[in-house]
Amino acid sequence: MSDQRFEGTKNYIATDDLMMAVNAGVTLQRPILVKGEPGTGKTMLAEEVAAALGKPLFEWHIKSTTKAQQGLYEYDAVARLRDSQLGNEKVHDIGNYILKGSLWQAFEADSQPVVLIDEIDKADIEFPNDLLRELDRMAFTVYETQETISARHRPIIIITSNNEKELPDAFLRRCFFHYIKFPDEGTMAKIVDVHFPDLKKNLLREALNCFYQVRETPGLKKKPSTSELLDWIKLLLAEDIPPEALRSEDKSKAIPPLYGALLKNEQDVHLFEQLVFLNRANR
Amino acid sequence: MLIRFFYMLREAGVKTSVTELLTLLAAMREGLAGTSVDQFYFLARASMVKDETQFDRFDKVFAAHFQGIEQAFAELTAHVPEDWLAHVASLSLTEEEREKIESLGGFDELMEALQERLREQEERHEGGNKWIGTGGTSPFGVGGFNPEGVRIGEQQGGGNRRGVKVWDRREYRNLDDSVELGTRNIKLALRKLRRFAREGAADQLDLDDTIRSTARNAGYLDIKMVPERHNAIKVLLCLDVGGSMDDHVRICEEMFSAASSEFKHLEYFYFHNFVYESLWKDNRRRHSERIPLSEVLNKYGPDYKLIFVGDATMSPYEIVYAGGSVEHWNEEPGAACIQRLLNAYPKAIWLNPEPVQRWPHTPSVKITQELMEDRMYPLTVSGLDQGIKRLQ
Repeated sequence: MSDQRFEGTKNYIATDDLMMAVNAGVTLQRPILVKGEPGTGKTMLAEEVAAALGKPLFEWHIKSTTKAQQGLYEYDAVARLRDSQLGNEKVHDIGNYILKGSLWQAFEADSQPVVLIDEIDKADIEFPNDLLRELDRMAFTVYETQETISARHRPIIIITSNNEKELPDAFLRRCFFHYIKFPDEGTMAKIVDVHFPDLKKNLLREALNCFYQVRETPGLKKKPSTSELLDWIKLLLAEDIPPEALRSEDKSKAIPPLYGALLKNEQDVHLFEQLVFLNRANR
Repeated sequence: MLIRFFYMLREAGVKTSVTELLTLLAAMREGLAGTSVDQFYFLARASMVKDETQFDRFDKVFAAHFQGIEQAFAELTAHVPEDWLAHVASLSLTEEEREKIESLGGFDELMEALQERLREQEERHEGGNKWIGTGGTSPFGVGGFNPEGVRIGEQQGGGNRRGVKVWDRREYRNLDDSVELGTRNIKLALRKLRRFAREGAADQLDLDDTIRSTARNAGYLDIKMVPERHNAIKVLLCLDVGGSMDDHVRICEEMFSAASSEFKHLEYFYFHNFVYESLWKDNRRRHSERIPLSEVLNKYGPDYKLIFVGDATMSPYEIVYAGGSVEHWNEEPGAACIQRLLNAYPKAIWLNPEPVQRWPHTPSVKITQELMEDRMYPLTVSGLDQGIKRLQ
């Protein structure tokens, strides 16, 4: 049982509801499912929880071809076949050809680990179902050697999803759920402050204004998110752009400088330029 | 108390289960929620709602249930509601405003009236001049014109947010969806149509063949590779757009997105009301970029499965007469066009988003059903299941 509580870190601003979801998951030892717009810090959450609670982190990044089995272990039959050809002694022990996956490694950790299962929605639609039992019992059987691996310390499991596929109900029932909503201006100012502590106040205000205006542009395919804002501010600082240049009242420079960091899609850039142009014509 | 809350949630359509209720109770036993209503709200939401589109419903039920809890609280700790009310008021009233309130009979009286109305009022309210809500002229509510008004909810308290406001803001409003079919269900139904075939680059180990070849090779390893298995099913999807189909846009989008991620060979076309001698692929340029039916028939072989999605609700003339189309002059009646399609693609179904009960009352649906030789199914999970079986 853990008496530690997650309350954000000096690099990560956590809202009250996020803290509650994480603490509930940690206390009851259930997986925490985190959804939200891309770039709102879902993956960072696991890193920061691990750092804040001083626990080792095991990451398992999911791709469209990932199978549930790969998180547990893989049996390298081809290597064994090859070794048998060469008469290698290793070949007599099948255990030499079992490659441990992230979950197995986490199960063997000396202290309670944090496991990140990143972008679970990328995998096949049945993927979460294949992990139900393993996540419930925190144990699995290695078929080849007939041994049962169970977790020495029940890991804290953080799962992220981008909502590309819906997850099965049975899986959802076992998790705590948190939807990271897009931060409001106050929270956003705090986040930027954490990353750029000595940013000029007026530059930050102008940048945030500008950023929220861009986000409100109707019809954008991909709205800029927190991580894009941080990149953009980094660029603004590197280029030493004065806060005045961000004010959109300035007709000749109505498009914010270095907007390439905010808009990642040529259609969006085009749309944005058109709107700005229309806006100018109306004045 | 929580059991009633649980059933209220289920009645409101939040898909929560007994497991989740037990989880919540276990979390409360661990003292996670503490004594704060805010914390309890976050905890209950994290454990019982697993879909952000349902946050709004959860908030509504929570707010409704809170009315009851509030009274329970009042009995236990009589000062809590007053404290909360005073807090709300202190956040939004300036000294001048307070003076004005004094002129109206005093702050306490106003607070009492507010409490009274909070109890009387059952739902969120907009406009009007008595109830608490938004945009009205009552002294209570948000965005109104009464200078001595009290702001309820929707107040940014900077980290010092009090209970009611968080769920009263109902930020997840426009995400709510009441569709019965999720894309997951559709995908699972479409899955049955899978037929795997191997094509492309050989990048997987063929174990059987490797063993056989190795044995033949006097025990020396001879590795054989095969291409990965892909879903080889080919689908032609024809979607009705515009007019009466506007009510079904959501479900058609879901069907379409599920199908496009499930099938590698998916061709889609749009039509309006009924299939005539040409179709189109882009609704914005449907008058300029039309694809003749003959081109479709020649381009896609008979191994394609044909799926129509449409409500088949129109005037019967639009199907059986030449020139019946509402949009243009069609040389051939729609019935002849669809017959040609059905001859070319023996495996075909029609999915209708309208409820089955309404079908017999629409003559055009009957005609279409006859043309389709009864292969019309409702666009629901079970209907899709039956339809897919027919396509196999």
